[in-house]
Amino acid sequence: MEAGGLVPAPARPIIVRPRRQSSASWPLIDRIGYWLCWATGIALCLIALAIVVFMFVKGIAYLRPALFVKSPAPSLQQSQSGGFLDPIVGTLIITAIGTVIAAPAGVALAVWISEYGRPVSLARAVESAIDVIAGVPSVVLAIFGLLVFSESFLGFLSQNAVNGSVYGRSFFAAGIVMAILALPLIVGSTREALAQVPDRVREASYALGKSRASTIRWVLLPSIRPQIASGIALGMGRIVGDTAIITILLGVTLTTEGVGSVPLIGTLRGTGSTLTSYVYNNSPAGEGNAPQKAYAAAFVLLMVVLALNALVTRLTGGRERGGRLSALRRALASRRPEWTR
Amino acid sequence: MDPLMPPPVRRIALDREPHIAPPATSPNGAGSGAVVPSEAHRRLTRPDPATVRERMRIESVWLAYGENWVVRDVTLPVRKGEVLALIGASGSGKTTLLRSLNRLTEITAGAARAGRITLEGEEIHELEVNDLRRRVSMVFQQPNPFPMSIYDNVAYALAEQRPPRGRRRRRTAELEQAAQEALRRAGLYDEIAADLDRSALKLSGGQQQRLCIARALAAEPEVLLLDEPCSALDPISTATIEELIVRLRESVAIVIVTHNLQQAFRVADHVAFMHLGELIEYGPSEQVFDRPSQQRTRDYISGAFG
Repeated sequence: MEAGGLVPAPARPIIVRPRRQSSASWPLIDRIGYWLCWATGIALCLIALAIVVFMFVKGIAYLRPALFVKSPAPSLQQSQSGGFLDPIVGTLIITAIGTVIAAPAGVALAVWISEYGRPVSLARAVESAIDVIAGVPSVVLAIFGLLVFSESFLGFLSQNAVNGSVYGRSFFAAGIVMAILALPLIVGSTREALAQVPDRVREASYALGKSRASTIRWVLLPSIRPQIASGIALGMGRIVGDTAIITILLGVTLTTEGVGSVPLIGTLRGTGSTLTSYVYNNSPAGEGNAPQKAYAAAFVLLMVVLALNALVTRLTGGRERGGRLSALRRALASRRPEWTR
Repeated sequence: MDPLMPPPVRRIALDREPHIAPPATSPNGAGSGAVVPSEAHRRLTRPDPATVRERMRIESVWLAYGENWVVRDVTLPVRKGEVLALIGASGSGKTTLLRSLNRLTEITAGAARAGRITLEGEEIHELEVNDLRRRVSMVFQQPNPFPMSIYDNVAYALAEQRPPRGRRRRRTAELEQAAQEALRRAGLYDEIAADLDRSALKLSGGQQQRLCIARALAAEPEVLLLDEPCSALDPISTATIEELIVRLRESVAIVIVTHNLQQAFRVADHVAFMHLGELIEYGPSEQVFDRPSQQRTRDYISGAFG
């Protein structure tokens, strides 16, 4: 139809908006409930805002560029006690180990439970096991981990004393236990996403003569990528923020102490610290008692968590969105088989 | 319902013996043209009801979900160059029968079948299931494109299941050509040629359904199953798809389930009317609609029930 054929718009249209509903006519109990909801919501926003603002003000006040490049040093003089280079590196190492183990394992577990799940009894058992792990306090996981990694057959993962006893505390040990901590989050969000994919999508793929495996690989997993990413981000947040496992399983050294002469493996077998243990150590409750540095480190910790979340979301957020990272995504895409490009 | 005793049930997952049935007799005497003289097989003429070749044959098929028989003793030919429409009220078993033709019923736990379904003379249960589904492809009631680009939707259907070891995958140019060809056959290519890389979910409902048809056609199936393909679409998209169906029957045998009697009349060469799992009447479209031999068919067509 031509534009000229349309009814001309009125010169001054009268726009009717729905009148705002008033709660005056409600029963008293409903009104109280309504205002309580309001109050809780606003209170929560205020608390979140307070955390961010407080950490920001305190953190910025004590943050110095030098803190990022200096290793912690044992000194009672605040000007001599160094920065938190090692804790930052430690956090990154632990997160990397935990994620590299937990992400593929978690996605695989979730796919198995929701797409195969046979025999049913085994699937139920696995589900309960995941629930149990999700409910275990991280300090219990840490103690259990110390027990396991002190066994002599796992000696290659940590420091060994001359008499043959195994220290059981290392980046490897802490990273692996962190993976267990993050696993339920990744399994949970992947399973939920798979459950939301309608069965007609699976049927459509089967009806084209595709096997279950290729349906999962090429249809289901790509379509739930954002949810997998958010599960991984949640897991990473959990890893970055956990203190108990670090305190118990990463040793007590504030600096990264390698073992042996092999460069990377030596570091990973050795002990160190992360931002969480650094904050704990420097807080008034810890040995260092340098609250200024604790505030600065806690601020960095907060920023690391937020940055990780943003990075994972950007990396996996789909192809439509452009940006500075799209070149990286294109590079990743070029490693995919032809038909997905 | 007459208390017919069902024949021994073959649990699909357990019994792998081929079920040898005696040569079938056409039901209700209406499909006497269905038995094909073998001399006529190689004649490449326009489809002539007496000489078209059978692609699939459904022989005394019973289908059940658990204890519940939903298809009872149906015998039907599916012929090349023809559109076969399955009509009937809801719950008459037509969709179940359709889904059993590429063994999609097996996804449902407890599904069972008795009788024989053959594709080019081979019992479909003897074929590798994914092979069968590539040869007998299906389009569903709801358009269900995959959440990926338009091109990928078709290319996924084309991609080989397991590329033979040592040999490279087909070249992109070839794949692209095949995908374009499939989109062209589904009458979609000219509309979307410029945005093959756009998400398939951004297409209109009618375009999505044609994309699903293109996807189903990509692997060059012998039989195309359509389960009420237009029921979620507007009249214009429906007309486009009906034209497409009529055009496609030259190259592929089509079975369509529909609630829309006018649609069945417009597109189908043969019509099978089912009621409560039984095949009541089968015959050329004009005959079933103009001179139905059974009272129940007459009632259904004139709107007395269903």
